[in-house]
Amino acid sequence: MPLFILASIVVAIVIFILMRLPGIEYLFVAGYTIVQYIVLSTAWNILGGYCGYVNFGSAAFFALGAYSTVTLATFGLQLDELVPESMAPYFHLIFPLPIPVLIVIGGIVSGIVGFGTGYLTLRLRGAFFAIATLALSVVLATLVVNWDFVGGSGGAYVVRPGKFPGLGSYMQYLFLLMLGLAVLSVVLARWIERSRLGYGFAAIRDDELAAEASGVPTLRLKLIATTLSGALMGMAGAPFPYYIGYLAPASAFGLEYAVNSIAMPLIGGTTNWIGPVIGTILLGTLQQVTTVTISSAVNVLLVGVLLIAFVIIAPNGIVGLVQERLRARRQK
Amino acid sequence: MTALLSVQNVGKRFGGFVALDGINLEVQPGERLGLIGPNGSGKSTLVNCICGTLRNEQGSVHFDGQLMNGLAAHERTHRGLSRSFQLPRPFPSLTLADNLRIPMLYTVHHRNGTPLHADNIDARCHELLQMVDLEKKARHLPRDLTQVEMRKLELARAMAAEPKLLIADEAMAGLSHSEIEDILALLMRLNESGITVIMIEHIMTAVMAFSQRLAVLVSGKKIADGKPEDVVRDPDVVRAYLGE
Repeated sequence: MPLFILASIVVAIVIFILMRLPGIEYLFVAGYTIVQYIVLSTAWNILGGYCGYVNFGSAAFFALGAYSTVTLATFGLQLDELVPESMAPYFHLIFPLPIPVLIVIGGIVSGIVGFGTGYLTLRLRGAFFAIATLALSVVLATLVVNWDFVGGSGGAYVVRPGKFPGLGSYMQYLFLLMLGLAVLSVVLARWIERSRLGYGFAAIRDDELAAEASGVPTLRLKLIATTLSGALMGMAGAPFPYYIGYLAPASAFGLEYAVNSIAMPLIGGTTNWIGPVIGTILLGTLQQVTTVTISSAVNVLLVGVLLIAFVIIAPNGIVGLVQERLRARRQK
Repeated sequence: MTALLSVQNVGKRFGGFVALDGINLEVQPGERLGLIGPNGSGKSTLVNCICGTLRNEQGSVHFDGQLMNGLAAHERTHRGLSRSFQLPRPFPSLTLADNLRIPMLYTVHHRNGTPLHADNIDARCHELLQMVDLEKKARHLPRDLTQVEMRKLELARAMAAEPKLLIADEAMAGLSHSEIEDILALLMRLNESGITVIMIEHIMTAVMAFSQRLAVLVSGKKIADGKPEDVVRDPDVVRAYLGE
């Protein structure tokens, strides 16, 4: 395990250095989206792939992270009006909050909501659970639209500083942070997979009744999964307002987050940590290329076509296909 | 001697249908109890109420001196109550060895205060698979198994939790004569090692060969309980099975 952590950090550093070499800023803009989806799809996979609970509300958790940031950034800007004069100097010391702190806060907020959602909905299975999570997304979007402090339906501006000391552009700093989050989520997913927790998740996915009979505390484990998964999605969403500059409810709660976070693990393979990573790199890169060369609307078509193709050709994703081959060879 | 399992006045309804109607049943440590009854008589419902899969609305279940009411199924498994399912329910995406690993990790792991070492778990998996003649398929998935092998896996998984009481819910249905002998011998060996066994079965030769005591359920009521040879001659039991 320590070796794996070290290896993923080294890979992340190498990626960052290689991306700096050509000196094209757009690489970081496009790369950020892909790396962000590594976090989202890995987070989705902890609940969806390991436990078998399909979450259609990824956008809600992502947006919660993003709107936690917007709330705190807006609060920071309006400090003098919102805080008693005697207290203001102390607040000015802390605000504006650095992004790593915002990431932690976004993670906590989404983690709590993940826990609550889990507690309320985990008695549901299959399509019913999926619909409940989709409903969560709609409810939260409605709340945000009607909350003027964070911009309501008109959205909110978050001004991104131009430079970051030591790195040059602020975009590179955001990319580096997201890369760190991706390392964290992949390490976490791999650790879960090989731990006692992972075996419990797999038992829940396969047969909940048999899992209970085998001594697996299914409700507790599912709550752990929804909390972890929600927290990671919130962490992925927290830096987003700084990335995009202008956050509107329609973009934060966009359907593409929900769809991509499901499609990417399904294409890569859901039973293994590498599955979502492969799926994201494949689909994410393809989407970025088509956005630039053809049109951003083609993205959605691409996801649909690829999903149908994979359901037919490799229902267990790329990793599943490889595992099946290996197993067949071993049994010969 | 105090009973290992004590079911007192347990009742369960599904809407207007009374599935269990005031069942009383005691099982002594080390005993082999056969539980029979026509289809729909409530045998599996009783098992589900004992194991916590279903909640009984009425009455109480005591196991090993502790009240089980209100405990979730996994908590009862932790206390030493283990069951196999009527239709085998393996974990299809896990290898046979990993199927057995689940109850070990979640039930045996912390029972004695000290966590099991990974090597111990591997050794125990191997031992259990050997016991049911499946060690050659340790790395296969359940879908590669035949029907009888699936039943054996089901029993092995129930055993992996190191129970005090094993409830085998129709572990032999649909098997051939020699396969029944196989499973019967296996259950006998488990009982000799000190595990109390409740066998739910329709195959009378197996029940008669195995049970020290026989209880009969009909329409949610216990109508007989006693020595197997006496119970099968009981006029009520004969009437329930053959009609007037």
